[in-house]
Amino acid sequence: MTAHVPRDALSARTDAVPTARLRRHHWLATLSQAARTGRGAVGLGLAISIIALAAVGPLIAPYSATQFVGLPFARPSAHFWFGTDTLGRDVLSRVLDGGWVLLIMAACATAFGVIVGGACGVSAAYLRGRVDAIIMRTVDVILAFPQLVFALLLVSIAGPQLWLIVVAVGFSHAPQVARVLRSATLDVSEREFVKAVEMQGVRPANLMIKEIVPNLIAPLMVEAGLRLTYSIVIMAGLSFLEFGQSPPAPNWGLMINENRIGLASNPWAVLVPALLIALLTIGTNTFTDAVAGVAIGVDRKPAEAALIDDVMPHAVDAP
Amino acid sequence: MAVATASGVDRRSVSWRQAHPIAALVCGRAAAGLITMLVVSIVVFLATQVLPGNAAYAVLGRTATPTRLHALEAQLHLNRGLFDQYWSWLSGVLTGNLGTSLANGKDVWGQVYPRLINSAGLVFASGAIGSLLGVASGLAAALWKGGWFDRISSVTFLAVTSLPEFVVGIGLIILLATVVIHVLPAVSLLPPGTYFWQAPSLLILPIATLVIVIVPYIFRMTRAAMIEALESDYVEMARMEGLSSQRIVLRHALPNAVAPTIQVIGLNFLYLAGGIVVVEYVYNFPGIGQGLVFAVQNRDIPEIQFIVVVLAAFYILMNVVTDVIALLATPRRRLLR
Repeated sequence: MTAHVPRDALSARTDAVPTARLRRHHWLATLSQAARTGRGAVGLGLAISIIALAAVGPLIAPYSATQFVGLPFARPSAHFWFGTDTLGRDVLSRVLDGGWVLLIMAACATAFGVIVGGACGVSAAYLRGRVDAIIMRTVDVILAFPQLVFALLLVSIAGPQLWLIVVAVGFSHAPQVARVLRSATLDVSEREFVKAVEMQGVRPANLMIKEIVPNLIAPLMVEAGLRLTYSIVIMAGLSFLEFGQSPPAPNWGLMINENRIGLASNPWAVLVPALLIALLTIGTNTFTDAVAGVAIGVDRKPAEAALIDDVMPHAVDAP
Repeated sequence: MAVATASGVDRRSVSWRQAHPIAALVCGRAAAGLITMLVVSIVVFLATQVLPGNAAYAVLGRTATPTRLHALEAQLHLNRGLFDQYWSWLSGVLTGNLGTSLANGKDVWGQVYPRLINSAGLVFASGAIGSLLGVASGLAAALWKGGWFDRISSVTFLAVTSLPEFVVGIGLIILLATVVIHVLPAVSLLPPGTYFWQAPSLLILPIATLVIVIVPYIFRMTRAAMIEALESDYVEMARMEGLSSQRIVLRHALPNAVAPTIQVIGLNFLYLAGGIVVVEYVYNFPGIGQGLVFAVQNRDIPEIQFIVVVLAAFYILMNVVTDVIALLATPRRRLLR
């Protein structure tokens, strides 16, 4: 039996490992299945509408986002549907123009965090030993900083530059992604098909990309969805704290901060951007929840799934 | 002191560990936490003081003249060796001797101390209230799984889970403090340096915001843990033995749901360490979160360093404490002992 395995593996690469291969999640099938569930449909609908609004908004805005068109904090009228803001600019135009930068930054930070964190988590679990120890101790150190505080620390060093904020937020996601994917990889790398491919002498890097990562599509999708939601929350929060785009630019987070002194005169200038951010995060989070239900198992919601994966390694490796 | 005990563990090794598994566990976790804390302090120090070339230039910016630059370099000890700088900074942090603020020349410790007290009050009040509400509603939803309370609260909390703190805060201000009804103060007018008990009504909205943000996580985790416990084999066994359902819940299911719930409560205190930054800024609440935002705006390096280290220390401490409590609360682990 043992003598046969290498020969089979050499003769026919694909046939050598048919039995033990895990069921691979076809990501599109999983997504469309999630979109057909009740909460998945609601979440996807919300997220897509807000994203579409942010994308076409700049084209259909009636006024320029930075043009002074009226008195400060004027109430809604036929000309200005949501009234004017603190400097007398049209709230509707600023809202339509104020989402796309936020969304692009959040998407880039998510991609950065998932790729860096995923690479670290998979290598730590597959290569074990010293690599594992170094990566996971680094993860422990970064995890000691709350994400927003970590981003603020980096901003305090190099000033509020947009690329730096993207890198800072993406980097602050990496440890959590690494932890989740490490435990998922530990599970996959013990399977027989991985052992079989190992015996063919495939280089570890190749093996990780071609054999292990395709089996991690489910946790990867859930992580990407969770991190996208958190990226939006943190990006908007940083803008709210005035560490994002600088003032003349329209930005939903910044608009809330600028216009809150005029809440009593024109609450719409605050309410509309706040509602858009809220609906967007509710949409992405609800859809992620549905994807997790389809991809990982019905009863494990993303928040718990991530928390359990974050927490349980400690509980399991204790004496 | 904790370091000494931890190294004692290693020297006498196996026998001591076997005799006192719980103590060994606590010491091991504490030692790991201390080492992480040391590395964190080095990272913070290097990042803020050394990396950007010259912190003094970063602070003064374009207004830097050679004389002012030299004066500031001396104040930040930048003219000394790297290890020397780190050592004097670390001993300063440990003894509360943090130097003077670069923004207004006042003593940093005198400025930060009232903020620390205020933030501690905010974090522990909202953590305690949030944990109680979250655990109670999570248990109720799990016990009557599929009932009206479960369905309504699950959907509501799923939506609330993802809301940014400042959106919740602004929503509460619109609802309760300005537009809809005006019963509470919208922003705190407490000047920095005063304490929260001098105006307790200013605490209501910040606490309410943080509670709304953390309750969904605790609810969902408690609910999931309790459902898992209720569907496990030993609860099934207890049912078949004909035990009363009250006894099953209290004696068999609940103890197994405690550990994951404690960990989530711990995680929420960790979350609060970051959450206070935005919430304190929204309500102009004089805590360390608002202090951090102001310090970053003013590039007040001594204050940034200290607040970040305090938040990280709180984070690590809570991690160790929840780890240990959760491990001790796991019935399976008690059996092993």
